[in-house]
Amino acid sequence: MDESHVEAFADAASDGVAFDGIEARVEGDSYAVEAADGSATVVATEEFADVAAEYDEYVTNWYFWHATAPQAQARWAFLRWVEGADSTPVPERYDRLREGLTTTWGQLAITVSLTGGGDRVYELRHEDDQAEIDRGEALALDTYEDPLDARELAKHDDDGQYRPLKTAPTLQTGWEFAALGPADLVEAVHAFYPATVQNWYREREGEFDVNHWHETVERQTGIYGVVQTWDRGEGHEHVDWVAEACCDDSQCLKRREWEYDEETALDPGGNQTDEGEFPCREPCSLVISAARKWTKLEGEESRTYEFELTPSEKEQVEEIIDAVADGRTADVREADIYDGANRYRTRFLRAKRFDDEGNLSGIETDD
Amino acid sequence: MRQALVIAAHGSHLNAESSAPTFTHADTIRATGAFDEVRETFWKEEPSFREGLRTVDAEEVYLVPLFVSEGYFTEQVIPREFRLEEWDPELWDSDGTSATHATLTAGDTGQTVHYCGPVGTHDSMSDVIVQRAESVTGDPDVGEGFGLAVVGHGTERNENSAKAIEYHADRIRGMDRFDEVEALFMDEDPEVDDVTEFFESDDIVVVPLFIADGYHTQEDIPEDMGLTDDYRTGWETPAEVDGHRIWYSGAVGTEPLMADVLLEQAADAGADVRAAIERVREETRERVASGD
Repeated sequence: MDESHVEAFADAASDGVAFDGIEARVEGDSYAVEAADGSATVVATEEFADVAAEYDEYVTNWYFWHATAPQAQARWAFLRWVEGADSTPVPERYDRLREGLTTTWGQLAITVSLTGGGDRVYELRHEDDQAEIDRGEALALDTYEDPLDARELAKHDDDGQYRPLKTAPTLQTGWEFAALGPADLVEAVHAFYPATVQNWYREREGEFDVNHWHETVERQTGIYGVVQTWDRGEGHEHVDWVAEACCDDSQCLKRREWEYDEETALDPGGNQTDEGEFPCREPCSLVISAARKWTKLEGEESRTYEFELTPSEKEQVEEIIDAVADGRTADVREADIYDGANRYRTRFLRAKRFDDEGNLSGIETDD
Repeated sequence: MRQALVIAAHGSHLNAESSAPTFTHADTIRATGAFDEVRETFWKEEPSFREGLRTVDAEEVYLVPLFVSEGYFTEQVIPREFRLEEWDPELWDSDGTSATHATLTAGDTGQTVHYCGPVGTHDSMSDVIVQRAESVTGDPDVGEGFGLAVVGHGTERNENSAKAIEYHADRIRGMDRFDEVEALFMDEDPEVDDVTEFFESDDIVVVPLFIADGYHTQEDIPEDMGLTDDYRTGWETPAEVDGHRIWYSGAVGTEPLMADVLLEQAADAGADVRAAIERVREETRERVASGD
């Protein structure tokens, strides 16, 4: 703690301070200081600096939150949440911060620690990398300083595939931001998971604005206007399928808060099954694009086809669909012919059951 | 009063590079310090247009569409998604290429939003097209003996789409710098497929007025013009086609000087960014000169 902390605190105390377990106010010619641990002191103005030094942790904590941390509400609240400021008293919190306190946000692990004068420094990594570090593994991570570099890291997964959805649970590993300031930490989090901090904050404040399926679809125009025709107010089974396909935890880390409309909850229920820290306020552009395709496909009538399959082949088709839908195909081992989604098994099925035009059991689609 | 620049760009669900020029230009502007905040927002990526404003703390926002023409996106989609509820296309009082700005209140956040015309129709875009010709030929004096083709997507659905291309072709023709200047299109006449038929000059610089490199600029147009039979095998610059040398530049939107156009649009709407404009013009020119 240096003089600037004390001066700023004294300044504020002249109007009265009550923050994170310390109260300070002017009483006549004296300052009265009182902490949550029960200690209390009254001193003359000129001795205030000495007293402030006795409350070092409370004063530097006050200074950090009023002079160093960004003063924008959502960012400020998020940084407080990261260190559990609203639930952990300063002395205990400072003990934890000296050790380094780790919190997760989506797949991000944020570790906050103290530096000199009560400042905070933040480390940011993939939670899987953090877990390995915590287990004592020596990891060679690429180190970044500029929070905006997170935009590039967020673009591709570990296999180099483009991630159009930032909150997909496919964040790449192998990087770290080893020393971010508070404003830059929020900026990096924003680059990984845009607007999540703001929407989380609105939810906490009871100001979260949800646009449900019906109203979101209703405002679509251009090539997406066609989705409106899929929204006839006759039940919502089709929207249940959309949510099950796109909004499941395995596909997106946001917690779906939108339903069919204000009165009609979808099945699966968003907030019951979904553990995500940050809420989703409306069907995103990926959902709308997919819904456009489904609107067209669902305009078709079902037909009856007759296919010859052995019972095992039928089960194999089911296994293949499951494997693709769950993104499991890359994990099927080359020689694991016990797995229905194995490539050799699948190639055998194709060789046996497809004709030269690629028709299953030789049945043409237009038949 | 804190002021922010919010760039509204298309982005892509399929192509990771679609947003790259937006990031680059935003970074150039960020480095000037002209705005307290610079934020990229996207139609197809995140932060979405819907949530862009809530990520910005400033009360005063200059919203500039990184789009080529006035039309569906600038008149309907962006105002709707940003919740500029008082918006009416009449506020721009534009003939299709002359939009300046309108000042509105965002329904989402209550911020004051100066909604600017798209970068594509700003006068200074002509300079970027010319600079693109300089970049691709490596000649800061390129012009004499050269033809210039400004290429647009074109669509029968919106006449403003072609207007932007023709507007800049006319302006550059008026500079008397290139021997010939033509506006050509992918999806309407005159078509870029027949590029060599429209020029007598041996050397033709082809500049597509697109924001990002992607399917059209890196696959369609090079194949249509006959630079290559298969875009995957690449092409020479310049490439010989029907006895002409074609200098194909790729999307003009990737030119560093685009940052200047974004700033110019904001300046026209009242943003105090003159010093930044000077700086960006100098820096981006230097980058070209050093072959960066």
